[in-house]
Amino acid sequence: MHLVIVGNGITGVSCALAVRRLRPDARITLVSAESAHHYSRTALMYVYMGHLRLSDIKPYEDWFWDENRLGLVHATATALNTRENRLTLDNGTTLAYDQLLLATGSQSTRYGWPGQHLAGVQSLYGLPDLAAMARDTHAITRGVVVGGGLIGAELAEMLHSRGIEAVVLVRDARYWASVLPPEEANLVDAQFEANQIQVRYRTELGEILGDAQGRVRAVRTTAGEEIPCQWVGLATGVAPNLALANTADVETDRGILVDEYLRTSVPNVYAAGDCAQHRRPAAGEVAIEQLWYTGRMQGETVAHTLCGQPTPYRRGVWFNSAKFFNLEYQTYGQAPAQPGAELSSFYWEHPAGRAALRIYFRAASPQAVVGFNALGLRLRQAVCEAWIRQRAPVATVLAQLGAANFDPEFFPQHEQAIVAAFNRQFPEQRVVLRQRKGLLARLTS
Amino acid sequence: MTPAFAAPPLPAAPAAEKLALAGVAAGLLALLLALADADPTRGQWWLYGALALLTGGTLAWSGLHYGRRPAGVQQHNLWRRASTSRGAVAWVTSLVLTGFYVVLYWFSGNDGHGHFGVLNNLVHALDAFSRALRARPADQWFLYGTFYTLAVLLMGGRALWKYRHSRYQVIRTVSVMFFQLGFAFLLPGVLQFFQQPEFYFNYFWPLKYDYLFPGTVTSLLQSGGLGVFMVFWGAVMSLLATPVLTYFFGKRWYCSWVCGCGGLAETAGDPYRQLSDKSRAAWRWEVRLIYPILAIIVALTALLWAHFATGNTLLGEAGNVGAKWYGFAIGSVFSGVIGVGFYPILGNRVWCRFGCPMAAYLGLLQKHFSRFRISTNGGQCISCGNCSNVCEMGIDVKQYAQRGEPIIRASCVGCGLCSTACPRGVLNLENGPRTGRYQASPLIHADSLRILG
Ligand SMILES: Cc1cc2nc3c(=O)[nH]c(=O)nc-3n(C[C@H](O)[C@H](O)[C@H](O)COP(=O)(O)OP(=O)(O)OC[C@H]3O[C@@H](n4cnc5c(N)ncnc54)[C@H](O)[C@@H]3O)c2cc1C
Ligand code: SF4
Ligand code: SF4
Repeated sequence: MHLVIVGNGITGVSCALAVRRLRPDARITLVSAESAHHYSRTALMYVYMGHLRLSDIKPYEDWFWDENRLGLVHATATALNTRENRLTLDNGTTLAYDQLLLATGSQSTRYGWPGQHLAGVQSLYGLPDLAAMARDTHAITRGVVVGGGLIGAELAEMLHSRGIEAVVLVRDARYWASVLPPEEANLVDAQFEANQIQVRYRTELGEILGDAQGRVRAVRTTAGEEIPCQWVGLATGVAPNLALANTADVETDRGILVDEYLRTSVPNVYAAGDCAQHRRPAAGEVAIEQLWYTGRMQGETVAHTLCGQPTPYRRGVWFNSAKFFNLEYQTYGQAPAQPGAELSSFYWEHPAGRAALRIYFRAASPQAVVGFNALGLRLRQAVCEAWIRQRAPVATVLAQLGAANFDPEFFPQHEQAIVAAFNRQFPEQRVVLRQRKGLLARLTS
Repeated sequence: MTPAFAAPPLPAAPAAEKLALAGVAAGLLALLLALADADPTRGQWWLYGALALLTGGTLAWSGLHYGRRPAGVQQHNLWRRASTSRGAVAWVTSLVLTGFYVVLYWFSGNDGHGHFGVLNNLVHALDAFSRALRARPADQWFLYGTFYTLAVLLMGGRALWKYRHSRYQVIRTVSVMFFQLGFAFLLPGVLQFFQQPEFYFNYFWPLKYDYLFPGTVTSLLQSGGLGVFMVFWGAVMSLLATPVLTYFFGKRWYCSWVCGCGGLAETAGDPYRQLSDKSRAAWRWEVRLIYPILAIIVALTALLWAHFATGNTLLGEAGNVGAKWYGFAIGSVFSGVIGVGFYPILGNRVWCRFGCPMAAYLGLLQKHFSRFRISTNGGQCISCGNCSNVCEMGIDVKQYAQRGEPIIRASCVGCGLCSTACPRGVLNLENGPRTGRYQASPLIHADSLRILG
């Protein structure tokens, strides 16, 4: 079998590794335009900030590919011929496949703002963007970031690391309003404040203004305010990269449409990761998942199907994590910004605003826990996941809260304070903390 | 990788920080003057002036540099500053450090008339202090001990500022500062003051290899009650306490909490931890060097005892010559000249990683007979590489984390920096039951990765 994978991001690489494990004899070729070797997209910001070098963000050393007999082709696939099972590459060659995985990832979206093509206006998705940002933010004094999501916060932190004043435009009334409840968003806002990032809430980009040389000189908001700046970062989301899929008869919508086995509409052609759109997502799940770990899981899942062990994609209990300047964030399960009537939530915040925990649970007895938000404290994923799967009642979870504590040794333990706060907010429960932190406690529970 | 990533110039340091650095530079200059000035009184003033400037400058810079930003991971421009990325400044620093070790080891011995070669004036500038502490004039080793301790304390102060957001780092840093100052500097001095043998209670065989040599043991035993206790302490710590403590806490109880070499690496060496080579090739060198060195020192010790037991007839002079060569090659060249001299080029744990027989011994225990492991938090790893970057032992931590596996490596000194630096809260140093110690996260499938061999 010759498996060709287009895209050497986490999805394509996870699939290649899993296929290599399942089928030691398979021929595997990874085609990718962006870089000769797989790198971690999530670490781009650390390269800009000088924490890491480009070579440090490669998850595997260069010998790895040869030793595991993974062929690498550094080129763009420009056309796909699904009748002849053939790809055309921009280096003038063609590549025949038996099976094809499209793992082409995303591209940044732009909403057609006037001036968005000026020099000094960009998004951050790949290596060329990183190079452009390093070049165009050199010796500037102020940059404007558009978008109140994760990448927006990253761009602000990147500018800040070089002493560049950052102004962030956020459409909603609070940061990441689609995901974070107001209290959590406030803590993130406190981080912006502590780092002198100016965040303009309820503010939208109207147009980007250029100078005579075609470089950005300011932005104008929809309210008419003009903010002078020398660089604009657009962090308004990404959309599946359909360029290659659209050269063939592969069915697409917003993404490449796939069934639960990650098969496209064309035999022997599969799609996974950021570029795939699930035709029938499971209840409560999104059709397009744009995360590192979902890319990895989809890549591994499709590998099984490719190797003759058809395996439906099951994401499992949702989780994610991020870091806003110095504030770490983890979320598990269902943690909506605005819970409906069927969900209750308990929220605790450290008096100094350094840490917070929210536990979501069903309003109806036995008040099964469905999700967590943690800020400034680390939770043990396996424990949170087990609680959510087992539908553990919130009182049980609080009594055993220490089992989920993943903070380093000697860190302040907040369980007592959290349980006390819970008992104040839900006096009918009267929880007594039974389990403190520790691996021993977890394993013997 | 494909696009050229141009690194623009660094932002200028604020004026106050520059002033503090100027203080450090002035301190180094004053040190040179103390070295050059043959007049003991003036030399003493130069030296104390230098130490005051170095102290003030280093602590002020740390406070200004790290204090002006909110507490948290502070790594900006680490790989863009010449001093921390093998630039010209790093090479000069390395040259100065290696030069100092060469001069100290081979050109500053007592000539029998109280003259200490190249470092003579500096040594005598410390006479008054040495008399007060040890009731005897200074020698080149006292000078070295003073500088060493000062480096641990000052750069420890820097580390405390830098890592003030992590209690693990703060407590650990205080611990290495305490053991260096108390156990490796003041206590040996006080022992000498009271005419007792100079003994370092925080160094054990096989790192302090001669502590279990028959020569040292017999001379300690002859020096009275305290000497007997020292022999007892040395033997118990090496052979009993080390396995027991390592079983419960891993190698870290020693390497990153107590040991003086580790103490210097964690404080003075902290700016260089990212330089430790993470490649598989480096790991292979590590295995090739460190275990043979342990074998050599164990064999040498056994031979010396056999020789001793046979009434000094077995080996002739061969044992002593062997010990001397080991002392030269491993004790001086490897641990000092290369181990510390190359901090700014090879990273701060070259000795601990490639050479230290104690680390090899602790490592074997940690790997096979310990409850210690670094747990990985499910599938949260984003393969960003921050953990590997800060690992001073050159462990490619992310290889384990991205597979959801616990990190159980002989070389890990438990500094905890990988856990501190991880932006996703993935890593945690834990002691726990040995059953299931290697268990990976069920959220992630193993891949076909081969890390070694
Ligand atoms: C700055 C940034 C930070 C992020 N941080 C996080 C985070 O903290 N946590 C998280 O969960 N997620 C994060 N994400 C999202 C995460 O990185 C993506 O979900 C993930 O990388 C998607 O992986 P993928 O393999 O599906 O696609 P990609 O990584 O996009 O890989 C696709 C590759 O295919 C190549 N390609 C596309 N078309 C062709 C073609 N025709 N021919 C040849 N090659 C082609 C592309 O060049 C690209 O290299 C972040 C994303 C960005 C941009
Ligand atoms: S693995 Fe982590 S704790 Fe161990 S030495 Fe490396 S950085 Fe320190
Ligand atoms: S463990 Fe943490 S620091 Fe290391 S690669 Fe994973 S996310 Fe990054």
